[in-house]
Amino acid sequence: MAQSLDRLRESASQTAGPYVHIGLTPNFCGISGVYATDLGSTMVSDKTKGERIGLKIRVLDGTGTPLKDALIEIWQADADGLYNSPTEMRGAADPNFFGWGRCPTDMETGVCAFETIKPGRVPFRDGRLMAPHVTLWIVARGINVGLHTRLYFSDEQKANGEDPILARIEHRVRVPTLIAERQGDIYVFDVHLQGEKETVFFDS
Amino acid sequence: MPSESGSNRKPETGTFFQRERTWHPPALTPGYKSSVLRSPQKALLSFDNTLSEIAGPAFGHAMLGELDNDLIHNFARPGESAIGERIIVHGRVLDERGIGVPGVLIEFWQANAGGRYRHKKDGYLAPLDPNFGGCGRTITGEDGGYAFRTVKPGPYPWPNGPNDWRPAHIHFSVFGHGFAQRLITQMYFQGDPLIWKCPIVRGIADKAAIEALTAILDTQATIPMDALAYKFDIVLRGRRSSLFENRPEGN
Repeated sequence: MAQSLDRLRESASQTAGPYVHIGLTPNFCGISGVYATDLGSTMVSDKTKGERIGLKIRVLDGTGTPLKDALIEIWQADADGLYNSPTEMRGAADPNFFGWGRCPTDMETGVCAFETIKPGRVPFRDGRLMAPHVTLWIVARGINVGLHTRLYFSDEQKANGEDPILARIEHRVRVPTLIAERQGDIYVFDVHLQGEKETVFFDS
Repeated sequence: MPSESGSNRKPETGTFFQRERTWHPPALTPGYKSSVLRSPQKALLSFDNTLSEIAGPAFGHAMLGELDNDLIHNFARPGESAIGERIIVHGRVLDERGIGVPGVLIEFWQANAGGRYRHKKDGYLAPLDPNFGGCGRTITGEDGGYAFRTVKPGPYPWPNGPNDWRPAHIHFSVFGHGFAQRLITQMYFQGDPLIWKCPIVRGIADKAAIEALTAILDTQATIPMDALAYKFDIVLRGRRSSLFENRPEGN
């Protein structure tokens, strides 16, 4: 026998289920009067610095059918690559950009539409710059543990080529699963839960 | 949005302990049919946290409304209240080191006392309660503590097997200080025999992990002649200390 480490264990995850909107986006599902707005529904204001972009994200199941009951949260740096977070020690982020957004998939089309700004580059642990990216967290009925991945940008080829996380992907054919395609001011990104085009999900 | 951290503590910047994937339910739990086509099949890409995972949004107490943590009244008509067994749910958000996590947003949602959700996708024949919406939120205090008032949700049948019933439960969404701590889970109630029959719960292999999601009746926290109380602690991933940090609370 030896001493105990006296550590606790993380609460086990359970699915967000089909009624996630009630808790996280009540106005979206017709529960009005409790919160003035759904948290995370607006990310930018006139004062926010940076290039305005849209993200159109879908989540597809193993048959290629878009999920219509998923919820996506995004988390990103500001235009200068700073996070609006107490943990950010490198400087003060744009006070007009919170950096976090939340969107349920449309109940008809399955599309999540975010209006945000293009993030700046954030350093990796060793100081090299990562390519601009947005962290994604996806929950839904049938997803037992929230899925973590990133969205990178198709018009950042050079930065993507230097990115230390993308560089870790052994099967290079899977790298494009993390790169959103620019169409005008909109980036289109499909998350594939299964199949040949399965998105690279993270354990970090 | 205000981003006061809700705490006077110096922020920690260490990386998080790795998630114990065998303690959580796996992605594929065939007894829970919805997981079959929605579970990734390839290996996850593992890496130690970068700043993108270490940092996270901070929500200030200023965003909260007076009734946000009172589901009995936050959707009810003036002077009325939700029907059901009145309960207080309280506890602490801790990390794996046992340290309280202050200033984090918790959101919760649930069915009404009859087991019916206020959602167009729920067609269960139990009636809606006109005075119950089913959502609430709060932010943890300095010691990680939180509390809210609600009615005990009812169990309900769901389309999985031909006769599957969910145990009474409350959904919890919890932020930590880093986005890597983000967690959604469910709280069950002590003594509910449906817990051990539920295909969603049974996706968790370890009985101890299920018991850790089961709130205990807390008669000391009841409000006499008003409400029963259940205690439910939530544990988030712990954080490594950084050699370059001054950490007055120690390890």
